[in-house]
Amino acid sequence: MKTFKIGGVHPPENKLSKDAAIEVLDIPKTVYIPLSQHLGVPAVPVVKKGDTVKTGQLIAKGEAFISANIHSSVSGKVAKIDDVIDTSGYRKTCIIVETEGDEWEPDIDRSPDLKEDCSLTPEEIIKKVQEKGIVGLGGATFPSHVKLMVPKGKKADILIINGVECEPCLTADHRLMLEKAKEMLVGISIQMKALGVEKAIIGIENNKPDAIKHISELASGYKGISVESLKVKYPQGGEKQLIKALINREVPSGKLPIEVGAVVHNVGTSLAVYEAVQKNKPLIERVVTVSGSKIDKPSNFLVRIGTPVSALLEASGGIPENTGKVVNGGPMMGKALNNLDAPVAKGTSGILLFPEREVPRKPMLNCIRCAKCISVCCMGLEPYLLAILADKERFEECENEKIMDCIECGSCLYICPSGRPLLDNIRVGKNKVGQLMRSRASN
Amino acid sequence: MSLLTVSGSPHVYSKESVSKIMYGVIISLIPAMLISFYFFSLAAILLTLTAVVSCMAFEFLIQKYLIKGPVTVFDGSAIITGILLAFNVPSSLPLWMMVIGSAVAIGMGKMTFGGLGKNPFNPALVGRVFLLISFPVEMTTWPKPTEFSTQLTDVVTGPTPLAVMKEGIAAGRDASEVMAEIPSYVQMLYGNMGGSIGEISAIALLIGGIYMLARKIITWHIPVSYIGSVVIFSGILWLINPEIYVDPLFHLITGGMMLGALYMATDMVTSPMSAKGMIVFGIGCGVLTMVIRLFGAYPEGVSFAILIMNAFVPLINTYIKPKRFGEEVKDV
Ligand code: SF4
Ligand code: SF4
Repeated sequence: MKTFKIGGVHPPENKLSKDAAIEVLDIPKTVYIPLSQHLGVPAVPVVKKGDTVKTGQLIAKGEAFISANIHSSVSGKVAKIDDVIDTSGYRKTCIIVETEGDEWEPDIDRSPDLKEDCSLTPEEIIKKVQEKGIVGLGGATFPSHVKLMVPKGKKADILIINGVECEPCLTADHRLMLEKAKEMLVGISIQMKALGVEKAIIGIENNKPDAIKHISELASGYKGISVESLKVKYPQGGEKQLIKALINREVPSGKLPIEVGAVVHNVGTSLAVYEAVQKNKPLIERVVTVSGSKIDKPSNFLVRIGTPVSALLEASGGIPENTGKVVNGGPMMGKALNNLDAPVAKGTSGILLFPEREVPRKPMLNCIRCAKCISVCCMGLEPYLLAILADKERFEECENEKIMDCIECGSCLYICPSGRPLLDNIRVGKNKVGQLMRSRASN
Repeated sequence: MSLLTVSGSPHVYSKESVSKIMYGVIISLIPAMLISFYFFSLAAILLTLTAVVSCMAFEFLIQKYLIKGPVTVFDGSAIITGILLAFNVPSSLPLWMMVIGSAVAIGMGKMTFGGLGKNPFNPALVGRVFLLISFPVEMTTWPKPTEFSTQLTDVVTGPTPLAVMKEGIAAGRDASEVMAEIPSYVQMLYGNMGGSIGEISAIALLIGGIYMLARKIITWHIPVSYIGSVVIFSGILWLINPEIYVDPLFHLITGGMMLGALYMATDMVTSPMSAKGMIVFGIGCGVLTMVIRLFGAYPEGVSFAILIMNAFVPLINTYIKPKRFGEEVKDV
């Protein structure tokens, strides 16, 4: 069975919510919609305090090339535009809407009927995707229209669809593959058309046999789309690792997947593309996994963007006693939250609760040079060395040792028997090296 | 609800720990230890106990009263140093020498550099070489294994197979003729020959090595490249002139070869970090061992070979890097 070659770990999967069907979460009284939910420049508001908005109405425009439109996820009145602590832990500008009813923009097709045929040209598809504010839903939230535009001089020959969901605990993509497979497949065909490629492979790890079976059966009805089951290994959902695993091409250091003719999209994104192009529906809701060892009811919710995290926690049975940490995203790459009223954004794939006793890291001891961090690094780096160099502020050496290739998968810190804060140090180093590189570029 | 912890990802941690690794090594040493107790009786038990207790005691004293830092004697690493040091001496070594060897191994070999993880040389080998230089007679008097008895006196001593071979060939005799004077390969394989207490049974050491491989405490790179290069080196010479060179199997199962390749060279602290580096290190150990055994003054070369290669580890780590992802394609 296929997988990527260098490094990788296999943390306990803990997919507690894999059998929980997607539930529609009630619309909250107030939503807080951040202007920056994507990689790139924040969107610029086009509504003001006191305006009434419909569900799906454009409320902020992504004006830069790498930016994304933002739409209201509810109908109601704009209460104010203010700074709110979002899932990043920082104050970010949000458009705050008080909900009144649920009146949708009339051009959005809300019927459940599958609409297969798409007569739009590639340019029109890309425009639609941009208009509807679609971003990568796997976590990186890169604006999808940018990824569908092949840069001049490059050529895409394959679309890779990421159904790996390699993070432990998360099941949102898994549920979508089971419940929305047909729509997803149409979305993939549309993405193929936009890119001008004949071939798409959906990579799914073999801990989801039901999804593999279901999608394989349906995919046979679509030209050029195939499914490949992959051996479970983290971080197989990393773009470079997935490309390596599926088509054995290696994206060069510092380059994008298009360099080897591949474009990678997440399964959730394909569904969002379907809804945007075929149904005119902007990205105003997403599936979020709520899970944790002590939680009453591990769930998958379809949530309107801007819903406070606390509402999701309530719906899954409340916050268990002795909860010590709440994480936005997966246990390996997610971010710890400092505020439970932070709003769900386009990139929120899961909310995980950790009991206090699971919070402390291992006691920190001397590095015993066991080389485990090297053997698990999926980028072939030497985490122990990068951490030392970054700690000693030897940033130029960090750069030579390819610190910028680190995808922050966390495998090194996960495995280290001595509890070294490897990724913490490496992050600092990446930050500094990034600054150095930018200042060099501007000189 | 209590205060939420905000810390960097990842938020889950593996069950790997330093003491788990160290106690894994100790478990893997049990077969060889039992064999040594069987062949060298009480003497081996006393030597091993003395070494372990004094290694732990010295580590404790230094950490508590000299460094005044955290005490980590129970992480298992001092126990390993003790067992390996005991494995590397003849069973007739006086116990007080064992205590001195332990002091040197822990004090000079480990703590002066800052403790576990910071020492460039394998502490047990530092202790052994110190003993060899300070007490050359006691360190090269090899009691013949006598199956288990509680007697301590009246042991028969004699040279190790390696020494017999070296002297025999130096005296101009044919290798196969000398061979007749030493135990058969089968005897040697399970440990019935003169030698240091823990090095004699290749089989027991191999069992331990396989256990460590299965538990991912060591990787195959160093043992395979070390043993492989010894086989190739000695094999070529043997094919050229079997009269003065013995066959590779002899070199594998005699002396400290197995103990060295499986336990001393694979010490994670003092061996290279990358897989490629480990292979270079293993080959270096193999070649040096053979050069010393065949052309040097000592019959045995394992300890010196590994210590010399230990010194090259920083250099190997600097110049031999793991294969980076996406490195083949050169930037234009
Ligand atoms: S995993 Fe930890 S102890 Fe092992 S080499 Fe890396 S940093 Fe050192
Ligand atoms: S976080 Fe970076 S350095 Fe650590 S294993 Fe992942 S890619 Fe390698």
